[in-house]
Amino acid sequence: MKKKQIKDLIISFIAALVIYGLIMFLMSAGVVDYYWSGILIMACINVILATSLNLASGYLGQLTLGHAGFMSVGAYTSALCSLYLHLPFLLSLLIGAIAACLIGILIGIPTLRLKGDYLCIITLAFNEIIRVIMLNLSITNGAKGLMGFQAMNIDFSVYFISAVITIYVIYCVVKSRHGRAIISICEDETASELSGIPTSYYKILAFAISAFFAGVAGGLYAQYMGMLVPSTFDYNKSVEILVMVVLGGLGNLKGSIIAAIVMTILPEYLRAFADYRMLLYAVVLIAAMIIKEKNLGPRIKSKFFKNKTVEVDD
Amino acid sequence: MSLLKAEGLGIQFGGLKAVDEFNFEMNQNQLYGLIGPNGAGKTTVFNLLTGVYKPTSGQIIFNGKSLLKMTPTQITQLGIARTFQNIRLFKKMSVIDNVKVGLHHSQNYSLLSSILHLPSYFKGEEAMHEMAMSLLRVFDLEKYADVKAGNLPYGKQRKLEIARALATSPKLLLLDEPAAGMNPIETEELMETIKIVREKFSIAILLIEHDMKLVMGICEKIAVLNFGTVLAFGTPDEIKNNPDVIAAYLGNEE
Repeated sequence: MKKKQIKDLIISFIAALVIYGLIMFLMSAGVVDYYWSGILIMACINVILATSLNLASGYLGQLTLGHAGFMSVGAYTSALCSLYLHLPFLLSLLIGAIAACLIGILIGIPTLRLKGDYLCIITLAFNEIIRVIMLNLSITNGAKGLMGFQAMNIDFSVYFISAVITIYVIYCVVKSRHGRAIISICEDETASELSGIPTSYYKILAFAISAFFAGVAGGLYAQYMGMLVPSTFDYNKSVEILVMVVLGGLGNLKGSIIAAIVMTILPEYLRAFADYRMLLYAVVLIAAMIIKEKNLGPRIKSKFFKNKTVEVDD
Repeated sequence: MSLLKAEGLGIQFGGLKAVDEFNFEMNQNQLYGLIGPNGAGKTTVFNLLTGVYKPTSGQIIFNGKSLLKMTPTQITQLGIARTFQNIRLFKKMSVIDNVKVGLHHSQNYSLLSSILHLPSYFKGEEAMHEMAMSLLRVFDLEKYADVKAGNLPYGKQRKLEIARALATSPKLLLLDEPAAGMNPIETEELMETIKIVREKFSIAILLIEHDMKLVMGICEKIAVLNFGTVLAFGTPDEIKNNPDVIAAYLGNEE
């Protein structure tokens, strides 16, 4: 078991390294231009957002719509740290992430008693509260936007490595006894409690880790954009992240990664139909729900791939 | 000292007294049954003992500690584990992971050590795996270790639920209708399993059951519950011949 786990990890790291090498090569060869490297950076940021939300929504099973709020806390905190305290980039990124994590815990403690739609709405409200606060604080420069905090020496590697670290940490969390506790809460909270799992603690833990990485994504986003306006982190951004998670599959890490990348790159190709983009999202989401609800997945799979299904006989 | 002692335990839902003046005592390694007509409050008693419901009156002492102010999680950690009338497994998790959730507190490696893959993580996981497998072996489930729990046949799901409850290393195991929906052969098998569990883990077991053959066959003493109060308490033979019990089940000859 130990060997297999280590082998899997090494393979994944080599795969990540190959992808990294390939992108760096293409960048230096000039195949990937400035425009595309920007899209790749956004893809990395979205991967962080989607995988971290997957921990809270997929594995823990709490549908939250406040991820953009945590992202904005991370973004503004790290931007302010580098603007006023002149801290180095990585340190301010870390402070931003910790700030997002603390806000996550603060919001998590009262709200995680709620379930389903109620939690969804209350996290949505928190998202709006954070946005309005950012809009009205003088230190964040309100709607005019915050500028001038960019560090110059940050390139694609930082974004890529951050994404890899996020995926790795979430993977490790899920594969530990803590992760099993988190998944068991999603499956059946009462049974989990009566199996001795301190459910409140693990709910808040998952929420905090999720918020922490949203903060990382926010800090990276601030660094990449060089300008922050509160309206970026509105309800639509939260929905967008949630759509990535749902499309990739709740509780499916690989799915989240792929969905995040596809949903960053695809809109670029669909610029001609920009007006219909949101329409397409909706259609894709509905299709995904129908396939899941009617359990068409296995049937579609067996039609295209001849795979063996595991049957248990008594 | 008794392992479990309930004194004047009661709970009221609005005007309904679901359980009233419930007095009960159990010692280590005893096997007791709790029976009664439908709606007598048997499962409610289990919910009170495990902290799912908070009693409106009375006292529960387990191993010398009062359970009144404790959460279900704390009560489980103290040593009361249970199964459910309608099976509540973690259906999408594998069979072995279900047991490992129960084993959660058997290991205490930290989240950081699992992120850094420190030796303590591997040691903890290895130990957990061994413990889970040996538990599954008791229930003949080891070959299903990697199957999703929801895909198991009904009888095996029941067994897995008992295995998961045992994983929390309880001193008292509460089984809520373990034979419900089982055919006679499966019930027979279950009786054997319960006996094995009791001997192997030397724990006390309290079970709710409607299958009289099972209850009369393995329980040392039986408490009969009717309208939330203990109607009778005694050995299977005493209960069988108790006129009050017969009246409660079949009605009076009036």
